[in-house]
Amino acid sequence: MIKRRKIINQIALFICFLTAVWGLFWLFFILFDVVRHGLTALTPSLILNDPAPPGVSGGGLKHAILGHTLITITATLIGVPIGILGGTFLAEYGRNWAFSRIISFLADIMVSVPAIIVGAFVYALFVKPIGHFSGFAGALALAFIMIPVIVRTTENMLSLIPWTLREAAFALGAPYYKVIFQIVYRGAGMGIFTGIILAIARVTGEAAPLLFTSFNNAFTSYNLREPLASLTVTIFQYAMGPYEDWHRQAWGASFLITLFILGLTLVGRYLIKRRFKH
Amino acid sequence: MKVEIEIRNLNFYYGGSVPVLKNINLQIYKNKVTALIGPSGCGKTTLLRCINRIHDLYPGNRYEGEIIFGGRNILAKDVDLIELRSRIGMVFQKPTPFPMSIFDNVAYGLRLKGIKNKKILQEKVEKALREAALWDEVKDKLHQSALSLSGGQQQRLCIARAIAVEPEVLLFDEPTSALDPISTGKIEDLIIQLKDKITIVIVTHNMQQAARISDFTAFMYLGELIEVGPTEKIFTNPEKKLTEDYVTGRFG
Amino acid sequence: MATFKREYLFNSLFLAITALSSFLVIALLLGIFLVLLKESLPAFQRFGFLGFILSSSWDPVKENFGGAIPLFGTLVTSFFALILAIPIALGIAIFITEVAPKSLREPIGMAIELLAAIPSIIYGMWGLFTLAPIQSKYIEPFLQKTLGSLPYFGKLFSGTPLGIDIFTASLILSIMIIPFTASVARDAFQLVPPVLKESAYGVGATKWEVIKDVVIPYCKLGILGGIGLSLGRALGETMAVAFVLGNLNQFPSSLFSATATVTVKLANEFTEADKDIHLASLFYLALLLFIMSFTILAIAKYFIQRTGTK
Repeated sequence: MIKRRKIINQIALFICFLTAVWGLFWLFFILFDVVRHGLTALTPSLILNDPAPPGVSGGGLKHAILGHTLITITATLIGVPIGILGGTFLAEYGRNWAFSRIISFLADIMVSVPAIIVGAFVYALFVKPIGHFSGFAGALALAFIMIPVIVRTTENMLSLIPWTLREAAFALGAPYYKVIFQIVYRGAGMGIFTGIILAIARVTGEAAPLLFTSFNNAFTSYNLREPLASLTVTIFQYAMGPYEDWHRQAWGASFLITLFILGLTLVGRYLIKRRFKH
Repeated sequence: MKVEIEIRNLNFYYGGSVPVLKNINLQIYKNKVTALIGPSGCGKTTLLRCINRIHDLYPGNRYEGEIIFGGRNILAKDVDLIELRSRIGMVFQKPTPFPMSIFDNVAYGLRLKGIKNKKILQEKVEKALREAALWDEVKDKLHQSALSLSGGQQQRLCIARAIAVEPEVLLFDEPTSALDPISTGKIEDLIIQLKDKITIVIVTHNMQQAARISDFTAFMYLGELIEVGPTEKIFTNPEKKLTEDYVTGRFG
Repeated sequence: MATFKREYLFNSLFLAITALSSFLVIALLLGIFLVLLKESLPAFQRFGFLGFILSSSWDPVKENFGGAIPLFGTLVTSFFALILAIPIALGIAIFITEVAPKSLREPIGMAIELLAAIPSIIYGMWGLFTLAPIQSKYIEPFLQKTLGSLPYFGKLFSGTPLGIDIFTASLILSIMIIPFTASVARDAFQLVPPVLKESAYGVGATKWEVIKDVVIPYCKLGILGGIGLSLGRALGETMAVAFVLGNLNQFPSSLFSATATVTVKLANEFTEADKDIHLASLFYLALLLFIMSFTILAIAKYFIQRTGTK
């Protein structure tokens, strides 16, 4: 009887091992594929050239890279301050208020709400009334996705600072806002920064919320009030199109995006681990 | 002997209707060390934290009675807490160095008061670090992070930080309970020296420490002040039996 | 003394700014709900509730819209994705917490987390160009020959295996949602009091028996929460599915059929809907999806909070 149980034990644990293999297999398969297709597509012309008319080869992604960078930077400038301030309220001034727990809970849910719905929301508010797509609307959609994420990470990081540190500052006669800026933010700074990095990594890969806000643009533009191309939407457009050249460029764009996002994610994770070693 | 702080009929509630401090009447004398002793939960730390009103940080706390300092009742609602806490400082049980350089730590309270002149700051910081017996150990690394100091040094840094603003009163909440014996000794010597300029109230659960460094001792039990008097009397010839039982180690 | 008054002023100002920023989160949530409600009103008035979710027609010309197919598609793809993902995710969580050697735990855990960091559009690209052809040439015909010959269950594997179908979409989805259940389960497993496990070992249980009889029942709530998170993610996933599902408005007859989901429909038709009622119907679908995913995520997060994990 014991022997049978031991065999079952071995089999069950081996199956668990296999599940890990399954997960890691797909990870490496996908990454390998992205690198394989993407590296061959990666030429200087891919990054430096404007897009060519459909069917003509030699085009590049300059418009998408610039557009996407503009949109992401704008989104970060909007979303990060609001997120940090909101998280500060939940962890500091509002920490004893019961409603803060509710805001925190709802923010947590907002983090996982489908991104395409945020896109539809911004469309109704900022595209339909104005009458045309704009890079700014796209930035807004991304900012709305970033805000709950940064609120939660800021709140968590600030809560890690022990209370006695704040008390010591109060005991010297500091007003609360100075305690926050000069003591708490300084202590939690690295953690908050890491939260921002991870939030940027997250929104850079989004396509759905940009589909009907910043839409797309066949030309290189710097104007946030016009529709702007983005790497992710361009990937969608090119991949679904009939041209081999487009498919190649889509893989190149995929490679660039994946490199950027995985790089940021790994940096963020590394920073978190280092912080806790202190 | 002048009275620096007079506590009259103080009751304190942690938000319920049962008082955690009951009818405390206590006089703290100027330029003397007064020790608050008693078993765990007797309210000595709670009483200490009333004096600089640090309880106000947490909603639901309530004071009844008066604490007279500088000619007025500092428990009144219209008291400017920021100003109060620049005159009554506090050192906590665990060292609390701020995440900044040693210099910036000590200068923190000074900058809060609006002092920006570099020369004045440097003078006051050096003075505070000397009085805290830390100057020689840190004078060459003033701009290194305070977190690089040892536990005992960090606590002396917190003391330097507190005395830099030249408070009239300094409250110590079990300042050496987290430290090793050598650091403890250094800080006890420090406290004895500081009392010439500053009135000191110290909470300690170490009776030998109270006997070593304090001029007056107040014994508390279950939220009440049982007995207060000159330290020597409390430890050799107390009037109440409860006091005698505690100082002879029969309980607590 | 004047400086002290100024400090109080600054403090109140900062308090107000931070409070407003945090209220923005609520405003966003309410805003999304109200805006979706308002935009979908024409469709709601025209088709009603049951009328909309039970109708399978989607005719822009005749202006007759019903959400049955995309809603069904969303639920079916998510359901199959969960079936594939949950056992794997639990297995991974068990492997990481109980089986793997200590030095490997962090790297493997981080690698699995990376699966969640890969953007969904990359999953879509890979799905379209690499996985779908493999599915169509090898995997699906193989399954059709073997499992397809079983009675009843075999019907799932009928139809022409083109690779662009529910099976491929669900497979990709399942890989994407593994990390959500895996990391929640992993946190939950690590919160099991060691004394509990020790007492089970103490009566001679094998490791698997301790996991099966002590750890997993103890972590029930947490595991359910993790599953809820994965489900919430699957319901709202757009790009990974958009590449490989086809957006065909037909009820799937097997795993190898193309169909539509709410998100894929939105992605494909939103910018091209020129009739108001078409757009309103799309918003109607978005509203229903929002309510569904919000509810599931709220329940899941509640469970997770109850267990005391992150």
